[in-house]
Amino acid sequence: MSDILTDGKTTAAPNDGLAVLEQHRSTATSYGIPLAVLAELTHRCPLQCPYCSNPVELDRAGSELTTDEWKKVMTELVELGVLQIHFSGGEPTARKDLVELVQHANDVGLYTNLITSAVLLTKEKLAALADAGLCHVQISFQGNEPVVADRVAGLKNSHEKKIQAAKWTRELDLPLTVNAVMHRQNLHQLSDIIQMAVDLDADRLEVANVQYYGWALKNRAALMPTIEQIEETSRIVEEAQARLKGVLAIDYVVPDYYALRPKKCMGGWGRQFFNISPAGKVLPCHAAESITGLQFESVRSNHSIAWIWQNSEAFNRYRGTGWMPEPCKSCEFREIDYGGCRCQAFALTGDAGNTDPACTLSPMHEKIFKLAETEAAGGNNRFLYRNFAGGTLETEGDHGA
Amino acid sequence: MAGRNINVSETSRPKLPRHAKLKFDETRQVWVILAPERVLAPDEIAVEVLQLCDGERSVADLVDQLAAKYAAPREAIATDVIAMLQDLADKGFLSEAREKTP
Repeated sequence: MSDILTDGKTTAAPNDGLAVLEQHRSTATSYGIPLAVLAELTHRCPLQCPYCSNPVELDRAGSELTTDEWKKVMTELVELGVLQIHFSGGEPTARKDLVELVQHANDVGLYTNLITSAVLLTKEKLAALADAGLCHVQISFQGNEPVVADRVAGLKNSHEKKIQAAKWTRELDLPLTVNAVMHRQNLHQLSDIIQMAVDLDADRLEVANVQYYGWALKNRAALMPTIEQIEETSRIVEEAQARLKGVLAIDYVVPDYYALRPKKCMGGWGRQFFNISPAGKVLPCHAAESITGLQFESVRSNHSIAWIWQNSEAFNRYRGTGWMPEPCKSCEFREIDYGGCRCQAFALTGDAGNTDPACTLSPMHEKIFKLAETEAAGGNNRFLYRNFAGGTLETEGDHGA
Repeated sequence: MAGRNINVSETSRPKLPRHAKLKFDETRQVWVILAPERVLAPDEIAVEVLQLCDGERSVADLVDQLAAKYAAPREAIATDVIAMLQDLADKGFLSEAREKTP
């Protein structure tokens, strides 16, 4: 295993008189004012990516918060001290009121980011979003060319539409992040994806290895990279980060199963971020509903969002370090990584209160490392596509597209 | 292509790009720079410098202004300001006013 895997991320610490806000404010026993909220406007999406971060049980269109409900939510978020809102989904542009929602976010002073597959965008729609004050656009790509990309997305011509939308984004002078979710079926395209991001004049590239919860967990055998792929990936990313300094910022997320230390998931449970589901559930992270036994409050309840953030049982359950068992409890890194990811601990050990098996100190670590190696070598390349029907298996020659 | 690979010098006319917003956060009582997936907390000097980065002033202008205000050696201020701005530019948090076509 190479040295790079000792770190969750290869991103350097800021050394410019600017420090990331959290580094000043985090302590082990308290929590701060949330910085950012992921607003999942809908679970509807024309794509069927097998690693979708949405829960396997998707919220139906009829249960979605209304325009007025979202506006009220955003006003409350600002009162609570939230600075940024990420409009996500599903596919957020499937909401007909997106421009109105971006306008409202801007009016109340939130920094707005659109996280989109881009296949439903037109240049007119993008221009209207820019006029409404949209600060930033993030477009997901499934590969660098249509054969792999359209197969992974489960949608014909999706890649071509994304390229077009990315060009419109830059023509409108909107800042662009290319988000590339990487796995065994597309890691061989990484160098070309980096070049594609440069050619699209993107400001930023996220090279994000799949995180295995929900849909991705169901598809793990088809997605898990080999250790050789990960070593090659780390080398390619490091070389590109040095070569493209000042041209393209590259953020890199390594796959947990091959890590030595767990990631500081969500900056720690209930510390800086939360998520609001299409039906209005306030969640510590987008995968939190996969942890059975936790009850989550809704913005439709009698409680304010501030109350839910500060007092609800789900947010307080894994906050800080008091809940930790060994080996986390006495670990010198407990305030660095907060024991890793609760959803992953639940998915792999059956108890969200256990140490994330991504950590070498977890008794499960060796087992999941071997599991990753075995699945990566297993040759199962068939996807289960994400949809409202509980998923559809890929068929030969038809790729769901 | 606007504002890629900037070499900050005294003639640069820097400004924050659209995706980076400098604002005073009333709730926390601190200055912040909002950027995609990041919130940065600039120190007092960085805030003062960035408030002068309007795409109109050159780095030379703003160094003059700071040297006068703090009665400090111009050379030392220039070195610090350029280093700070270059670091921001390398991270993608600074752009340059486009050349005006006559």
